Amino acid sequence: MSTSTATALWYLGRASGVVDLVLLTIVVGLGIATRSGRAMLGLPRFGVSAIHRSASLLALVFLGVHTASLTLDPQAQLRWIDAVIPFGSRFRPLWTGLGALAFDAVVALVVTSLLRHHIGRRVWRAIHWAAYAIWPFAVLHTLGDGTDASRAWLVGCVVVCALAMLALLGWRTSESYLDDTDRVAGTRLPANVIGRPR
Amino acid sequence: MTIMADVEAGSALIGSDGDASFTGHLRRYGDLLHLSGDDVVEQAADSGLTGHGGAGFPLWRKLNAVREARGCPIVVANGAEGEPASAKDRWLLARRPHLVVDGLQLAARAVGAREAILYVNARTSLPLLENLLHERPRERARVELVVAPHAFIAGEESAVANALSGGAAVPRSKPPSVIERGVRNRPTLVSNVETLALLALICRRGAGWFRDVGTADQPGTMLFTVRGAVGRPGIVEAAHGAAVNDVLGLAGGATRALRAVLIGGYHGTWLTAAEAASARLSRSDLAVFGATPGAGVVVALADGICGLAEMSRVVSYLARESAGQCGPCLNGLPRLATLVRELATGIADRQTLPELQRICELVAGRGACHHPDGSVRFVRSGLRVFAEEIARHLQGRCSRTTDQIVLPT
Amino acid sequence: MSQHLRIDWTACDGRGLCAELLPELIRRDDWGFPVFSDAPVPVDLLDHARRAVDVCPTLALRLASPSHLTRTMQRTPDGAG
Repeated sequence: MSTSTATALWYLGRASGVVDLVLLTIVVGLGIATRSGRAMLGLPRFGVSAIHRSASLLALVFLGVHTASLTLDPQAQLRWIDAVIPFGSRFRPLWTGLGALAFDAVVALVVTSLLRHHIGRRVWRAIHWAAYAIWPFAVLHTLGDGTDASRAWLVGCVVVCALAMLALLGWRTSESYLDDTDRVAGTRLPANVIGRPR
Repeated sequence: MTIMADVEAGSALIGSDGDASFTGHLRRYGDLLHLSGDDVVEQAADSGLTGHGGAGFPLWRKLNAVREARGCPIVVANGAEGEPASAKDRWLLARRPHLVVDGLQLAARAVGAREAILYVNARTSLPLLENLLHERPRERARVELVVAPHAFIAGEESAVANALSGGAAVPRSKPPSVIERGVRNRPTLVSNVETLALLALICRRGAGWFRDVGTADQPGTMLFTVRGAVGRPGIVEAAHGAAVNDVLGLAGGATRALRAVLIGGYHGTWLTAAEAASARLSRSDLAVFGATPGAGVVVALADGICGLAEMSRVVSYLARESAGQCGPCLNGLPRLATLVRELATGIADRQTLPELQRICELVAGRGACHHPDGSVRFVRSGLRVFAEEIARHLQGRCSRTTDQIVLPT
Repeated sequence: MSQHLRIDWTACDGRGLCAELLPELIRRDDWGFPVFSDAPVPVDLLDHARRAVDVCPTLALRLASPSHLTRTMQRTPDGAG
């Protein structure tokens, strides 16, 4: 491999990583927006759901580019397996491992979402909760592994994403998050039907 | 509260005399049977026995469906009796528990099950039942005694299956039906305790004996819980197709002029006193009123009791008893309760009735079980039968002469 | 075989995405939950119906042919009247 190709792969890997972090923040935001059940951003509800799905596929693509380019780059010393099985890489195993965990979770979420009609609601939901873990892992991976981690622009980027995530979580846990003003959405079972049969 | 009477001397199938012990049981009915599974299904089919839990489904069809379903079957005797106005299942388990267990064992044989569950109301005497189970010899199916949660919906078939699978006693969406995937996802037969008791009698005495009483499409007898303005409120056994008047008569007869009669239970139908006077208690006879015998509850409402007040309490109860899983029920029933309460307390206006009808239309048939449908039937029939009372209430008057409460909640 | 809209009421949360994608057949009640008839879905709306089924966030909506269980229950046993 020529030096220029290697360098190109190296830059591609880093750039796609940063883009992916931003994309993941957006995807989680759109996911939270979808769950709220509201029409927003000028879109009907099914539209919000649709761009969440599209954005997550885009994030998957960038994740693929990020992983592939770094695996192919001879200097990065990343084996294919290190992208999937965490903490076994030669270069900064902990931080790379966190990236691998995030990778695994993204793949799991996308696959289960594509197969959701076959695996059922419960299993799909249980795995989808892992989405909240992806972002922290990705951020730590960026700061720990990223070669630009000391650069102002990257730190600024991470800070902006973090602030956005905090705001999103604040919205997610707020009282008025769900569009429930005119009805009761049944989730809590009345106490008297949860009997303990002898 | 428990008295028994025969339609004609000697024609009671279940009867109420004697002791409930195993020896008493054998003395009264003879030895235990050793029929093959096929024989049991044939007897069930020949006798035309239908379910006595409210739905009235032919038992032989259920037996066949469970037999043919894939997996290791299990049979459940449903004595949950979540209906507050009904007491027949508890009565049966107190007076004829061995007949119920006989039926349970026969049903187990019919479907090839080795496990059986006796699912009972929390007010049933458990130590008594446990002792009675110990009195029996070792039989094909192992019987487990389980207490149902104290809830209206706890006796619904899929709620039974859920509760016995370790979950909450709330209904599940169908398909798949409980017959295919019930308790712990196994094919399950859920049958009312009265149905099983009758199965045990039919297998001993023959299908013809059962068909001698009752109507052509609903042979045999049924247990009725009679309440309200009657001389001796309690459990009555009468043939299918018996006149409402006769059933009230067996319970001591009406003690004063009646305003209305509730047939079936809280998912049942109100009839005016005049309609009840000529009505007969079978599916075909009651169909003209949009009613069914249901769980066998017959409540005589005397003149002087405000039907709307009774309705209001019951509809509020039904709203509270929603399992809370399905939007139309969880939201619609409380709305119905509010509107009926407005009618009952005299703060209703011209809009209340049309709004009630609209909500009834909106709620019926939209849920995982029949709680919304049954509640709507109760409301709609009440609105029809108590129309005069409604008119009075809208003018700020009420024909009530007593504050006595009739329907338990 | 005709296709019908079926709903798992215990899963439905009344979010209304289905009504957005299939307004010809689905409307929302006072509380946001879907109201539709039991009639078969017209052929020209089947694609939209499938999209509506796909978009449901709680997987409550389904397209199904008439219940097969009813057919099983109608079989008669041998030798019975």
